[in-house]
Amino acid sequence: MILLAARCVFVWLALAAAGSAAAQNEAGIARRSTVEVISADARALPLPLKSGIEFSGADIRATQADDFANPGMLWVTRGEKLWREPAGGQSKSCASCHDDATKTMKGVAMRYPLLDPGTARLLNLEGRILQCRERRQLAELFKYESDELLALTAYVRLQSRGMPVNVTIDWQNREHFEAGREIYYRRIGQLNLSCAQCHQDNWGKKLGAETLSQGHGNAYPVYRLEWQTVGSLHRRFRTCFSAMRSEMLPHGAPEYLDLELFMAWRAGGLPIETPGVRR
Amino acid sequence: MVARVQLPRAAKRGEVIEVRIAIQHVMETGFRYDNFGRAVPKNVINTLVARYNGVQIFRAELGSGVAANPYLQFYTVAEASGEIVFDWVDDEGRTGSERAQLAVTG
Repeated sequence: MILLAARCVFVWLALAAAGSAAAQNEAGIARRSTVEVISADARALPLPLKSGIEFSGADIRATQADDFANPGMLWVTRGEKLWREPAGGQSKSCASCHDDATKTMKGVAMRYPLLDPGTARLLNLEGRILQCRERRQLAELFKYESDELLALTAYVRLQSRGMPVNVTIDWQNREHFEAGREIYYRRIGQLNLSCAQCHQDNWGKKLGAETLSQGHGNAYPVYRLEWQTVGSLHRRFRTCFSAMRSEMLPHGAPEYLDLELFMAWRAGGLPIETPGVRR
Repeated sequence: MVARVQLPRAAKRGEVIEVRIAIQHVMETGFRYDNFGRAVPKNVINTLVARYNGVQIFRAELGSGVAANPYLQFYTVAEASGEIVFDWVDDEGRTGSERAQLAVTG
């Protein structure tokens, strides 16, 4: 029933958009919480967009900028080796199909997460690598937060460094996008907080000694000094969920993938920084 | 263990060069406890040696005060073309090695 109503409103909105300005305003005010038209100016965004590195101190910035001092590059080096390492029943490596990653993987990562046409499932880069391992290499799967998977993800994402995050929201992935948005604005946990309350409404202000960032995922997987290792975006989600005293979902959970899609849309245009360094 | 070494590709004889090495290692302090309350045994890279054409030019003894994935940097004089070899060992007895070539002119 609600769904039907929402759909009616959507049609109505579309009509209103084509009609007079007054009707559009009326529709906008009355139904904004139910349906929003996704376009550049309708983006509920923190402006100006700022990458997390801009909220970091000079020492962290210097570490990230220096490709040798950046500890995340150790994982990249590992990923480069894994890329060429044959695995599984067919003794195929990533390079057997994809050849030289510096060429073939350039500009790939920024489109993720995307809907896999074969399975109609939302896949992030980690998910895509695991799918390749399962179906093409017929090899043993890496665990989600394992060093190997992080290394390969970091290596592939590095090939798109400097390129803007760019996911397209269309009728196919819209459902995931809306689910992600819903999670982003939903108050959860014992502290009754939503993602938006920190990263949308109060970014730039202090939370204890930390400056709240806008919460973008463009530098992931990142080397976090607190972790003393590289971690995925989903690990960071779990950290945030735990901080809100909310139930943490497993790495790679569908809800986290939806959230990742919404956040990628929200970070649209920010350059990929992988491997980032954060406190 | 993954490690990265950085040297200038070429140097003049007598030039002071910067040598950098980063090693992927947990550097477990021995002061931490796991979720079951058991002490996590100390495991750090305790010794690292750098040899330049077989001659030891740098030696470091690390302890629990060093963060994970240690990064070391030192200077040496470029004397002859050859390689710098790094060897290290941690508390579990696992060893690692990495080498880098240096071309010296003049």
